[in-house]
Order: sequence, then C-alpha cells, then structure tokens
Amino acid sequence: MSYCQVNKSLTRVDAYAKVTGQAKFGADLTFPDMLYGKVLRSKYPHARIKGINPEKALEYPGVEAVLTAKDIPNNLFGVIIHNQQVLAERETYYIGDGIAVVAARTREAAEQARELIEVEYEELPGIYRLEEARDEPVKPVHPEMADNQVAHHTLRKGDVKLGFAEAEIILEREYSTQLIEHAYLEPEAVIAVPAQHSTLLTIYGSVQNPYATRRAVAGVLQVPLAQIKVIQDHLGGSFGGKDENVSAMAARAALLALKTGKAVKMVNDRVESMLESYKRHPYQMKYKVGASKEGKILAMEIKAEADSGAYACQTPFVTWRSVVQATGPYEIPHVKTDTYGFYTNNVYTGAMRGYGSPQVIFAQESLLDELARELKIDPVELRLQNIYHNNSITASGQRLDNHQVSLKEVLERALTASEYKAKYREYSQRQPGEKKRGIGLAISYRGCSLGAEAIDAAAANIAILNDGSITLSCGLAENGQGLKTIFSQIAAEILGVDPERINYLPVDTSAVPDSGATVASRSTMVGGNAVKNAAEKLKKTFADFVAREYETTGAELVFRDEQIYNGPGKAVTSFSEAAAAAFYQGVLLNATGWYLSPDISWDEETGSGNPYFTYVYGCQIAEVEVDIGTGEISVLRITAAHDVGRAINPAGVRGQIYGGVMMGLGYGLMEEVETEDGYISNTNFDDYLIPTIKDLPEIIPIIVENPDPNGPFGAKSIGEPTLELAGAAIANAVCQATGKRIRSLPLNLERVLIGSSLRKGGRSK
Amino acid sequence: MEKVKVRLTVNGNSFCLEVGAKERLLDTLREQLRLTGVKEGCSIGECGACTVILNGEAVNSCLVLTGQLDQSEVVTVEGLAQDGRLEPLQQAFIDHHAVQCGFCTPGMLMSAKALLMKDPHPGREQIKTALEGNLCRCTGYQQIIEAIESLTGPERE
Ligand code: FES
Ligand code: FES
Repeated sequence: MSYCQVNKSLTRVDAYAKVTGQAKFGADLTFPDMLYGKVLRSKYPHARIKGINPEKALEYPGVEAVLTAKDIPNNLFGVIIHNQQVLAERETYYIGDGIAVVAARTREAAEQARELIEVEYEELPGIYRLEEARDEPVKPVHPEMADNQVAHHTLRKGDVKLGFAEAEIILEREYSTQLIEHAYLEPEAVIAVPAQHSTLLTIYGSVQNPYATRRAVAGVLQVPLAQIKVIQDHLGGSFGGKDENVSAMAARAALLALKTGKAVKMVNDRVESMLESYKRHPYQMKYKVGASKEGKILAMEIKAEADSGAYACQTPFVTWRSVVQATGPYEIPHVKTDTYGFYTNNVYTGAMRGYGSPQVIFAQESLLDELARELKIDPVELRLQNIYHNNSITASGQRLDNHQVSLKEVLERALTASEYKAKYREYSQRQPGEKKRGIGLAISYRGCSLGAEAIDAAAANIAILNDGSITLSCGLAENGQGLKTIFSQIAAEILGVDPERINYLPVDTSAVPDSGATVASRSTMVGGNAVKNAAEKLKKTFADFVAREYETTGAELVFRDEQIYNGPGKAVTSFSEAAAAAFYQGVLLNATGWYLSPDISWDEETGSGNPYFTYVYGCQIAEVEVDIGTGEISVLRITAAHDVGRAINPAGVRGQIYGGVMMGLGYGLMEEVETEDGYISNTNFDDYLIPTIKDLPEIIPIIVENPDPNGPFGAKSIGEPTLELAGAAIANAVCQATGKRIRSLPLNLERVLIGSSLRKGGRSK
Repeated sequence: MEKVKVRLTVNGNSFCLEVGAKERLLDTLREQLRLTGVKEGCSIGECGACTVILNGEAVNSCLVLTGQLDQSEVVTVEGLAQDGRLEPLQQAFIDHHAVQCGFCTPGMLMSAKALLMKDPHPGREQIKTALEGNLCRCTGYQQIIEAIESLTGPERE
C-alpha cells in the first residue's frame, strides 16, 4: 500500500509558528485588566497551620485579593483519590503545598504581598523514608487514614515455590531508582478569564490534560462542567508533568478570577516549579529469580515499593503498570509480583514519561545480566532463550496473539547496527589503562495506551468548509510530541488532500468531547483512530453526495491529490468544487469521530488478565567508556530499535527516539532531585542537571514497522518506550567496562568509584 | 522607583524606553515590547530560552539589565525573518524537524545565529559549544545539530 501523506516525514504543522516566535505559550497571553497571581507555599514539609493573617498583604498597593483554603468551596481534588489540597487548610503535607494565593495588578506586587502574609506554623515531625512510611508509623501522613499505603497491586502466575524448587540457580538482588524531575523547559502557566465565551471561566495555559483540569476546576468551584472551558494550544513540554499541579494552579487562578472579576495569570518560576510539581517515583525493588543451568528462567518474585510523597496522585496507576511489566518480556512459568505505593511527606510523585516502567526495567535488565554472568551465558543468549514470541503467555496470563511480537527482531536489528557481538568480545578482553569500555543492552515490552486503568476513548472533529478548507480538532493535547502533525497527516491521507488545507485548532474542552488524558503514548493510536474515524465518516457522506451530484456509477470514488476520481485517471471533480457544491445543496460536511479501544481486563483478586490490547517492543544498546581513575562515564553511542507499528511521520519518530534516549541518559547518569527531610535542595538548572548538547552521544535510531491491526494505518506508540531503556542499558555497559555492578541510579561518579553515593540524605542508597 | 531612559534598537526599530533600574532585558522585551518569542525558563542564565543577540553576541536576556544597554542593538527571534521571508536557519529548523515543543527554539535559533554570524562554517564541536547553554528537553539535540549543519556545509578538518 502506498500512501500520500502518512509514513512520510512531512514538516510539522506548528513549526512555522514556533521558529518565528509567533506561537503563544501560556505565559505569553495577556487579557485586558489582567491580574497576576502568586502562591505562598509552605515553609516546612510538615506543619500545622495555626493561623493565617492576610491583612498586611491586602493593604499592599495593587493587591486585589488574598485567598486561603477557607475561601474554597471544595478544597480537595485528585484523579483517583481525592486527597490533594488546592491550598493547605489545617496541615501542610509537603514543602510545595500552597497556603494562600494573592492577586495583584503587577507580578512584583503579587510577589511582595505574598511575603507579607503571616502564617503561624507548628512544625511537625514528618515521614521521609519509605521504610518509616511502611512499617507502622506512629502517625500516618494523612491523619484520617489507618496507614500510609496508597496502593498495593499483585500479579500471580503459577506457583513460585514450585518454580524456585525446580531452579538450579537462584539469585536475589535489590535495586533502587531515584527521584527525578520532568524538567520541561516551560514552567507552568495558566490564565483564568471570567465571563468570556458565555462561560463562567475560560482557562488557558500549559495544560497537559484539559479535561482533567476542567474536572478539577469545576469540582473545586462546585460548578457544572459546562461552565468551565479549557483551551490549550502551545505547550512547552510536559512528559506527564503538567497534570495535577496545573489543575491546582488553574483552580487557584479560577478562584482569584471569580473573586476579582478579572483575568488572573499565574506563572511559576523555575524554583516554584521544582518545589511544587510532582516528580518521578523513586522505587526500591527486591528481585528473586530462579533458572535452570541452561538459562531457562523458571520463577521470578518481585517486590517494588514506590514513594508516593504527600498525595496519591497517579501512584495507584503507576504502580499498576509496574506490576504488569515488572518481569520484563520473558516467558516465566511462575511469577509473583507485588507493587506498593506509600505516602510520605516528600514532594509527591505522579506521571512521568515511562510511568512506572523505567524503574522496573532498570532492575529486571540488570538482573538478567547478573544472571547471565552467574550462569556464564552470554547476556544476549540468555534473553533469546526467554523472550516473548507470537503466542507467548505474559506474566499476567495474556496470550500475545493479536499482533506481531517483534522482540527478536528489534533485538537483532539493534545488535547488528551496534556491532554488539564484536564489541562485546573486544571489551571482554583485558583492557589496559584507566579507560575501560563496555557495551550493554536492555529490552522491553510495553502495553500501549491506558490499559485497564480507565475508559480509553477519544474524539476528533473535522469540518470541510464551503471553500474546501478544513478544520480539525481533537481532545488530545499537543505537548510538543507532534500530534497536530500526525493527526493532520491521517486526515489528509483519508480525504486525499494536502495537509496545508487543514487548520489544526487548539483543544477546546467545550468543542470536542472528553477524550481523556494525553498520556500513556496513546495519542497516535487512540486519537489517531478517532481522527481516522471522523475523516472516514466525512468521506462517506462526501462520496455519496459526489456520486449523486455527478451521477457517477460503479466504482468507489477515490479521493487523492485534491481530486475525486471515478476510476484511474478519471477525475470527476476537485475537492474544493465538490465542497462548494455540497454546501449549496445542504449537505453536512462535519463529523465527530470516536474511538473506543478494544476490551481489556484485569482481575485485582487473582492478579491476572489482559491488561493492554496491544504492546510495543524495543531494544537499546549502550556503549560507554569509563575512566576508572575519575569515575567519569562517557556514553559513546546508543542504538535504539523500536517497533512502532507504522511510523506516521518517520522524522517525528526519530525525534522521539533522540529525545527519549537523552532523557534516559539523564536518568541513568546525572539526574536526581536531592531531598533531605522533605526539603528539596536542587531547585534550578544550576544544580539539577539535565543533559546538554555536550552530552549527546552518537544515537542510531532504528524504526521497525509491524503494522498493528488496532492502530491507525498500523501505528502504535513511541513516546515512552524510547525513554525507558537507556538507563538500564548504560548500567549494563558500565558493568561490562568496570566489572562493578551498580544497583542504584543514577550511576554517578562516587557510585562508580566506591560503590555508594556520598550524597547526604536523599532517598537512594 | 527610579526610571532610566535608554535608546535601544530592537529588530531594526529604534525605541526610547523608560525602564526600572532593575529591569531585565527579558522583561523589557516580553512586557514592554511584547516580543514574547523570548522565553523564560530558569531566570538564572542556565537554560538559554531567553537568548537574544545583543550587539552581535548571544546573551541570556534574563541576566542583562536594560538600564545598562543605552545605544545597544538587540535581535530577537521575531527579528530573524525579513519581510515574511524566513531566515535560512529557521527554514532549516523546520525542514530538519529540529522543533518539538518549541519552547527552547527561539533561544536555540539565536545562539545558532550568533555562531553563524561569526563563523559560517563551524564544525560539530563548535556548534555544540555554541549551544551548550541552551537546554532542550524534547529533541535530544540531534535534529537541531542536523539543521545547523545543513547550512554550514561539510565539517572542516
Ligand atoms: S531564562 Fe535566561 S537562561 Fe534561562
Ligand atoms: S523542543 Fe521542547 S525544549 Fe526544545
């Protein structure tokens, strides 16, 4: 099948606006009479609020309102468990908790006035370590709860006792991963505008999940959803990170806007963003594996514990993805996995690209290499003996029979491109000098989209106007990943037009049905199917009209190259002409597309089911050089092979791979939010280091295409798989180079040199 | 607060502005002149999102006080295209998929532009050095480098 628009590296539809500076991000918008809002945050990670006196702040010139929890109709919100405070009422649970908000005529006035709000605190002891949170705390983080457990998921297959009894070798290892920050370049920004568009409040800004934000704001204000409109256009990166924190910001701005009757803009600076926004969950993991001497894995037992911080946020779902995927893509007859999340008084943790996978992949892929070493089997051979193929039964008991299970293919493609075998052999020899090289790999399977977490559906609207131009909108949000372009390509392909005809509209929650969240690498699949559905409906109406109007008979009409054909080479009319004719005949050329993903299942009781309707497979191989004198690790090259089903836009897929690999490199080598008793010490880019252009190794992206029957044109997911592997692959490469197995991330200098971190506090060992 | 008068040429237009003694160039550009292509990502000179070209040099506009810039010349991303014609760098960023979320893009373009003004044929290492202060969380930098190299020709030995 040859395509005109999809499977092509068309340039991004939003690129022009972005290279000219015309693209308006949240902080760039202004409205008449607009006020500036600022948040006063807690002084302590855990404290009782004994009193708040806003008087001096209210007197400050330019200040128009100061609000606290008592001014909020419903102070609690949350996606899964409603226990996140818009503003702290009696207690602050972490250092980023807001206590009061100020609106003033200038940003400076808001900032000055914020300092004048008097808060009387009683500092309280907090829980900052996972063990403490888990093992019968004196007092739980949330006083109304019996303990600190946010979530506990189980997965059971076979009987691990039996499996370990049969095993000829058993390995038990502990791994841990660190707290990290999304570090989207654009700090959060929201503007709430009252009484616009015949709607109580319109919210603009850096909103990753417009419908979730609408729900949160309506819930907080106790007003109907129809009275809140969220409009999202350009957003400066999110990676899962602009959801609950932005909902809180939107709710605060909304409260101030209603109070003052004016538009209120709230923009975080970087420090505020680092203090308040949720992070990636740090995990502590215990893995036990049993295998035969030949390397057949017989049993695996896993316990993974996540620090949820002060709020539940996405912890129940993050730890659920972990429970499903924790073994990695290996056929194991006996599996017992338990994942947990616990409340602490640390900064809360939530969704971040990967969503519970990078942690377990680091553990499981390190473990596989450790097992290979013990068994004296090549790490690749060990994997090849155990990986999933078509019709394999996963750890959760799902038979993989509805798509191509391409693990072997991605693995082999990556091995070849990286010259793995030759290098592995070479680096296994004695290496003289201080600089030692190593090569290591990691593989994964990943469930596409939400899985059995929630309803998984999306909508798209397409209208053909009477001059033949087209508007397209979808309920999923462009966060930078390129969805506007992908969706335009899909619509253009089906309607046989140039994507230039399409004006891609911002998300407007009042105009497009609730499409759920832009998460879980679901946009191309779920949103793409919705766009395809809308375009197909439109095309059918349009074709019926053209057949009637132009009295064509027989063959199905073909929409291609801006023309409508009745058989090869026979253009009946042009797209534009037909659009005008349809309009004047009263034909509705407007369609809403809807896609509801296939049935999936999960049984919490038995810990099994078919949790995802399809999966993607990936392999990354890292080649490193370690200076054993200084501990410095240089990544020389990363080869990344990913099956995406079908690349709607290959250059976009490569962009995802480059970006994901670099984020994975940061996770593996340098990033860690350092906390001590709930205080965060690195709150800006001078000491929270993310990869710069100087850290860029050679990256070899390999796009593997096995079209999936459930994807639009066969397309699946790419955003998250790209980020989840590099940390593990680098760790394995460092081990080959140095002979030292490091079981916690990041692999920083001290860990390489002396095997443990010199950093004080923190939550990593 | 005391105000200072400064004459500035911004994107070829001259302005006579009154600014506070502590006003950053970033704020002058974004708030007084509404040139919101200049972005704020960290406020401390670490991310490069606020990069503009000041008297021929790429600078972080969050670290520069406008009051000290009398008679200076500033170019922002809005000043790159001339009469609706994109500057080759902008076109290269589009063609090479060097843009994702686009928040770092204006700063990247300005750093790259400042480099090419000095040296039209930089090698890869020089490109990396020139862009070291510009963080990007989305692209992994690769396609940005490819975009710039498409204009600079083969790397010099
Ligand atoms: S805002 Fe100026 S360098 Fe980050
Ligand atoms: S494109 Fe998003 S930060 Fe660079």
